[in-house]
Amino acid sequence: MDFFHVLVVLLESTIRVSVPLVFAALAGLFTERAGVFDIGLEGKMLGAAFAAGAAAAVTQSVWVGLGAAILVSVALSLVHGYASITQRGNQIVSGVAINFIVAGSTVILGEAWFRQGGRTPALAEGARFQTINFPDADMIREIPVLGPVYADLLSGHFLLTYLAFAMVPISWWILYRTRFGLRLRAVGENPGAVDTAGISVIWLRYRAVICCGILCGFAGAYLSLAMTAGFVKGMTAGKGYIALAALIFAKWRPLNIMFACLLFGFLDALAIRLQGTPLPLVGQVPVQLMQALPYILTVILLAGFIGKAIPPKAGGVPYVKER
Amino acid sequence: MSTPYAKLPGWVEYGLIPLINLAVAFLVAGLVVLLVGENPLEAAYHLINGAFGRGEYIGFTLYYATTFIFTGLAVAVAFHAGLFNIGGEGQAYVGGIGVALACLWLDQTMPWYVVFPLAIVGSAFFGALWAFLPGWLQAKRGSHIVITTIMFNFIASSLMVYLLTRVLKPLGSMAPQTRTFAEGGQLPKLDWLLSIFGLNIGTAPFNISFLLALAAAFAVWVLIWRTRLGYEMRTMGHSPSAARYAGISESRITVVAMMISGGLAGMMALNPIMGEQFRMQLDFVQGAGFVGIAVALMGRSHPGGIIPAAILFGVLYQGGAEIAFEMPSISRDMIVIIQGLVILFAGALENMFRPAITRAFSARGQRAAAVVQTKGA
Amino acid sequence: MNNIAIELRGIDKSFGLVHANRNINLRVRKGTIHGIIGENGAGKSTLMSILYGFYQADNGEILVDGKPVSIRDPNAAISVGIGMVHQHFMLVENFTVLENVMLGAEDSQILNKGIAKARQELKRLEKEYALEVNPDALIEELPVGLQQRVEILKALYRRADILILDEPTGVLTPAEADHLFRILGQLKAQGKTIILITHKLREIMAITDEVSVMRRGEMVATRTTRETSVEELAELMVGRRVLLRVEKGESNPGDVKLAVQGLTVKDSRGVTMVDNVSFDVRAGEIVGIAGVAGNGQSELLEAIAGIRKAASGTVLLNGRPVDVTGNADAAELRGRGLAHVPEDRHHVGLVLKFEECENAILGYHHDPRFANGMFLNIDAIRKDAEEKIAKYDIRPPNARLRTANFSGGNQQKVVLAREMERDPDVLIIGQPTRGVDVGAIEFIHKRIIEMRDQGKAVLLVSVELDEIRSLSDRILVMFAGRVVGERSPEATEGELGLLMAGVEGRKEAAE
Repeated sequence: MDFFHVLVVLLESTIRVSVPLVFAALAGLFTERAGVFDIGLEGKMLGAAFAAGAAAAVTQSVWVGLGAAILVSVALSLVHGYASITQRGNQIVSGVAINFIVAGSTVILGEAWFRQGGRTPALAEGARFQTINFPDADMIREIPVLGPVYADLLSGHFLLTYLAFAMVPISWWILYRTRFGLRLRAVGENPGAVDTAGISVIWLRYRAVICCGILCGFAGAYLSLAMTAGFVKGMTAGKGYIALAALIFAKWRPLNIMFACLLFGFLDALAIRLQGTPLPLVGQVPVQLMQALPYILTVILLAGFIGKAIPPKAGGVPYVKER
Repeated sequence: MSTPYAKLPGWVEYGLIPLINLAVAFLVAGLVVLLVGENPLEAAYHLINGAFGRGEYIGFTLYYATTFIFTGLAVAVAFHAGLFNIGGEGQAYVGGIGVALACLWLDQTMPWYVVFPLAIVGSAFFGALWAFLPGWLQAKRGSHIVITTIMFNFIASSLMVYLLTRVLKPLGSMAPQTRTFAEGGQLPKLDWLLSIFGLNIGTAPFNISFLLALAAAFAVWVLIWRTRLGYEMRTMGHSPSAARYAGISESRITVVAMMISGGLAGMMALNPIMGEQFRMQLDFVQGAGFVGIAVALMGRSHPGGIIPAAILFGVLYQGGAEIAFEMPSISRDMIVIIQGLVILFAGALENMFRPAITRAFSARGQRAAAVVQTKGA
Repeated sequence: MNNIAIELRGIDKSFGLVHANRNINLRVRKGTIHGIIGENGAGKSTLMSILYGFYQADNGEILVDGKPVSIRDPNAAISVGIGMVHQHFMLVENFTVLENVMLGAEDSQILNKGIAKARQELKRLEKEYALEVNPDALIEELPVGLQQRVEILKALYRRADILILDEPTGVLTPAEADHLFRILGQLKAQGKTIILITHKLREIMAITDEVSVMRRGEMVATRTTRETSVEELAELMVGRRVLLRVEKGESNPGDVKLAVQGLTVKDSRGVTMVDNVSFDVRAGEIVGIAGVAGNGQSELLEAIAGIRKAASGTVLLNGRPVDVTGNADAAELRGRGLAHVPEDRHHVGLVLKFEECENAILGYHHDPRFANGMFLNIDAIRKDAEEKIAKYDIRPPNARLRTANFSGGNQQKVVLAREMERDPDVLIIGQPTRGVDVGAIEFIHKRIIEMRDQGKAVLLVSVELDEIRSLSDRILVMFAGRVVGERSPEATEGELGLLMAGVEGRKEAAE
């Protein structure tokens, strides 16, 4: 059953890799559904990861680290929100700017505070997340098929991992079953309808942006407190953009986001696994092709070749009462 | 139609407001310097000294500026047609293919002045190609150009890594780069230009592509303000409905503008590849595509503003290296922060100080040609 | 008790130099349908926006039920019982009817708790007012008439006692409009107060109890509907102004230069804006199309000029067909001798950020006079612009000045100079003197007459009836997308006003 074993390992690493994508894509979901376009997911994740690594190293507490990550990410979101909503500035420019500011700041501050070449100190046991093992995992693993599924796929992940996947139905519930979600989706389609119903468009959009910040905070914290034990310079490595691609590929729907992120995560894990191994018929697939696949797929979707991706109608457009 | 802002005199619009935005950006950057426990004034000194202190430093500053002129022009051309081309990074990267091909083919048999024109054509061709795809997708399929150009940046990155590790790398070598070019693939330096001013170029790679960049800036000016195509681009950028009225084809302009933009971005590759490194390496672009956005914003998309803005960023890069050398807490990443702040204040927050400035001007007793702001934010 | 539902005292609102509402006084009695009639630009929409809290008036008071209120935002308006049915629906297209109605009044954070109640309430409202709609239907799948019902239900759901309807029948078929009126009657019977904004006299006479007439930002009169007549209202609406009669001789019409046959144009929603229109324009004559804005004239001009696709019909320019239903090319039409002065000079006819000389070649930038191969001949362009400036007395006489800095009248002259100096065969003009000062108006009118005397075929569209009567050799009146009558310029204001307001006069074939 070597193939099965390989598959389990592959899926396990898929899940691991997908977690920050899921958080970040859900973050993007909230803000874009409200009509605020955000390509700064990358910057927020990176800033959050740094804050988490730095705070955890200083206080030796993983929870303080998590809190710091969320705080920083929300702060960055508010800057973007201020530029986009209140100042009605160009949302793309604002996102690009924030990405730059964070990229530079994390290194400068990291170097100044910890003097380790841009990284934060490696985190001790109490300062980072541990994996959670389900009861009797080692015993159950012996059972064929179901055993490894329970012991390796379901058990043995970080708290944040379970949280990430729990956030999918939770986000769905918030968007489709609460008043806040209804209004949020409305303001991204027709802010005029929201305004004439007596709801503040601005406050609603700010709340959406804050939600985005919170989720990006979790994404960043996962990177430096769970997946790796500390912050490393540039550790997001484009994940924010892959999350954006996943969001679009998922046509801005929560359940699709989970599958899109898993798909892109799978491609990532597969790329590493396949490196050097020739496939039947095709021969060796260049790892770079695998790395580029999420982006290529998104472009194909945007070109309308695999169905239409219709973004929120009022996306990227500041609300002005034009009469 | 309601414009919430009063008309301000030209010098305020193009001079004062950008300067204020820049000043605020630097102010915030100074705060970051303080935050890491260093002296902002000392940093400012090293910045200026590092950029202008010696002939060699000036050479480096202008070398960097060359790159940014190209990418700034690229973004500006697209802006005039109303398009936001964030793909300069990828277009510049792919443009390198054209340069590498020309050099690898002819560098040992031909002198630089034969290889150079071919490399120019090659870089522009590949850059334009990489911009053509998103442009076409926007024109014909309505795909949002901002998203597609971001995606293409990443695809370019993967593509180039593949090419540099599998295709263009000489056999037996481990480094992901082409072989070093012979003399035919090396651009002459502009040491003679600096010595006219009594400056010694030293080791700076300030090369002839700078003159090409200046020529390109002039050509862009001619294109935008003196040709029919430029007229059509500007019309579309200002008012798509007027463009339709005038019989201008929106899809044609979109594609052409993107191709020109991509071509300019691609030409940026000449500077590092043929001017400094004499081979094509991984990530020779190093973020220049994004700096181009800042340069275009600051320079208000006009070549006359882009060249000084590019030089400013050259100062930041070169001076930044000096700061990093003299003040170990502040690495080159400080420049990235400043870049981000400039983009933020000159781009997204560009109107933040307008109300205050407008009030200051109307308080001087000007005739109220202002339009009342509708209640909004 | 107090029987005045809403009273406005001295409402004043300006947008920069535009005085949209001047000292408006209005009293709307409870339980009545009160019409507000006026042409476009009369200030009706601004007034209603103030009532609904979109704008704040510069001066004046609003009293609801006798008590002064401050309406700072739509929430405040809703809380005093004012509900609005907008001309352009404020609906979320991919939500259901129920979701749209609930928006803003969801009752609790958890939607499901409020949904059952909302559904019940919605059903009750639907039955009570005969506004049946499937609550689970998506807005984008509903026909326009039903979408409007949702708009009304939204207001009723929020317990509006006063309903404002802004041009409600613009998107309805006559049958749907009649149904709407029955609903309004029902609402009135239930004690609701209704303010109906419209430019259609037929509707006013059919269902209102009182009607107020607005003109140029002022409330000029209020009448009890029973005691007035369409003629009186038409006259009040269109108004008496100083007639700027231009000296003109007899026209000498020659060949047909522009032939429009069965032209039908639909907008992006599929609503028919131009309905099977046919007419000819001959060389040496001015055909004026009169009508209140929004009756299809804009779409008609755009279709002929090649910037809007027609659904069906043909247009012949100098005898040769124009591909109006396919790929009509504005540039090609220019080459064939059509010149177009568009209605919207700010967004269509000019690029305000351009220098004056750059606008002087808009649409003609391929002309060999202005371009050498791919380069623009700047000197020739500037010189030509200066000649035009002199000839048309454009001030300030600076071809390098940004067009945004010219006054409205001078901007319009830039457009006219550009189009007229091309020596076209056919000239189509929309709203030539909108926003233009009196001095320039006379100049522009003279030029238009000159074009006619030089043998051009001129098609003139204007909402200014005086202008139409003063310049035209023949007048066609458009209403609801159709040509409802042809008259000579000797026809009275009243007669034309009636046609413009959709009241059938003597039936005529509009050929």
